[in-house]
Amino acid sequence: MSQVKEPKKRKMSLERRHNLTGWAFLTPATLMIAVMSFWPMIQAFILSLQTGKANNLKFGDPLANYVRMFRDNVFMASLGNTFLYLIIQVPIMLILALILASMLNNKNLRCKGLFRTAIFLPCATSLVSYAIIFRSLFGVDGFINTVLINLGILNTGYNFLGHATSAKIVIIIALVWRWTGYNMVFYLSGLQNIEYSVYEAAKIDGASPMQTFFKITVPLLKPTILLTAIMSTNGTLQLFDESLNLTKGGPANATITMSHYIYNMSFKYVPTFGYAAAMSFLIFILVAILAFVQMKVGDKRD
Amino acid sequence: MTKTKRMNVLMYIVLTIVSLISVFPLYWMLISATNKSVDVSRGALLPGAALIDNWKSLLSQSPVGTAMINSFKYAIILTFFALVICSLAGYGFEIYHDKGKDAVMSILLLGMMVPFVATMIPLFRMFSSAKLLNTTIAVIMPTISTPFLIMMFRQSARSFPHDIIEAARIDGLNEIQIFFRMFIPTMKSTYAAAMTITFMNAWNNYLWPKVILQKEETFTMPMLVANLTEGYVTDYGVLMLAVLLCSLPTVIIFFLLQKSFAEGITGAVK
Repeated sequence: MSQVKEPKKRKMSLERRHNLTGWAFLTPATLMIAVMSFWPMIQAFILSLQTGKANNLKFGDPLANYVRMFRDNVFMASLGNTFLYLIIQVPIMLILALILASMLNNKNLRCKGLFRTAIFLPCATSLVSYAIIFRSLFGVDGFINTVLINLGILNTGYNFLGHATSAKIVIIIALVWRWTGYNMVFYLSGLQNIEYSVYEAAKIDGASPMQTFFKITVPLLKPTILLTAIMSTNGTLQLFDESLNLTKGGPANATITMSHYIYNMSFKYVPTFGYAAAMSFLIFILVAILAFVQMKVGDKRD
Repeated sequence: MTKTKRMNVLMYIVLTIVSLISVFPLYWMLISATNKSVDVSRGALLPGAALIDNWKSLLSQSPVGTAMINSFKYAIILTFFALVICSLAGYGFEIYHDKGKDAVMSILLLGMMVPFVATMIPLFRMFSSAKLLNTTIAVIMPTISTPFLIMMFRQSARSFPHDIIEAARIDGLNEIQIFFRMFIPTMKSTYAAAMTITFMNAWNNYLWPKVILQKEETFTMPMLVANLTEGYVTDYGVLMLAVLLCSLPTVIIFFLLQKSFAEGITGAVK
């Protein structure tokens, strides 16, 4: 009796020990995320219910900050700008990335590696670097103006970053330049999971490249497309470096993003942490809602 | 047949144009760093002779050396701790997984939705009241542990054979030894990918260092470059040289580890 029982008992304790080892392994990382991400998120919410300047925060009307947001013209402008970038830039970028990825997935393509490296290269530059490169390219005495003057299209340099519409367009161009290759890589790795014979079969059946693209590539890549859409939405709602370094939010806050405005309200002027936290909490809600909507839409087409 | 051929030609044209557009701003940056500001404005597209002058001028107006050292210091320390802590967790979540751990993992994944701007203000207040402004620990702490890296290592631990673990246990290795002596050497490519992506993110991070670092001697390269555009007159040659220096480490890593970089950004998703 005891001989049978003993190994079982030892095995149980071993299992328990392994179980505890597992918890020990994951505890440091889990604790750090809890302290550095979840706890501050809760604090941001508490902070968003407080009003006052600098560290003189007090609880008053809990919704004061949220009401203030919708009367704040600059914040509404930043909200509008962020959504403009989201609605125009994200689809352009994702469609472009998808087209490029399906071109590069072609087995007979030569210089594939060269094209892939070139298109992917912008990802290696930091956000600050590329923002400043684009700021310089589109400056009044920048390269783009020099070319346009030499071609006789312009007489004097056009202040691209000094006019609201053109400044927004420059930001969109810059964002597409920086992130298309990044998304393309996701699609390329997604395409590698699709059997190439599917494409060959479609070709034999006389499908045009267009039909192949819409009938095979897009449906099979749907999970990846969903993922990149969520990531891009998340990234766009948090745009900061570009707004600060490419256009400095100008002219007259015409291109400012929500994160940039939150930064200004908390660190540039006399800090209004409560109000800034309320705005940042709104971003969190928007990220959550949009991710939820995208997942729902993504599911439906199945 | 001619139709396919025409399609092919079109494809090459499109890819060439897109490639040129992708590379041009970087080429222009490189060329501008070697030219005088006036020549950059005139549209110089060939290497000039002003690299040394730009270098001297850049050194005289900003502490590039310090910023370079700072950026390397923050990025290397952060990458080291991130790799150890997150791979340990990813391994723990996968190898010893049970209902409880899976539930914790799902909660951690929700953390991917938390926007950094939202946690930035409480984090700033936290580090500021702990008197940790301008310190390395404050720069690296918030991004050491990320759900993304944990997920990536959990995914790779899935392909780690249980036989090896059993064999090692019979050989008398304890669990932590198995992790360090068996798992890490087998998963070199995952570590390379994770290292590339973490180092690049750390190097390029701008918002948080800008918030937490207020003394010039603690500034990072991206902060230094951004500050160069503050004045009214911009010397394009000097500015582009600074941008070049700021981009060089990540571009070199990109070329050396291109494959693992691509694996890194998509790795966690597969």
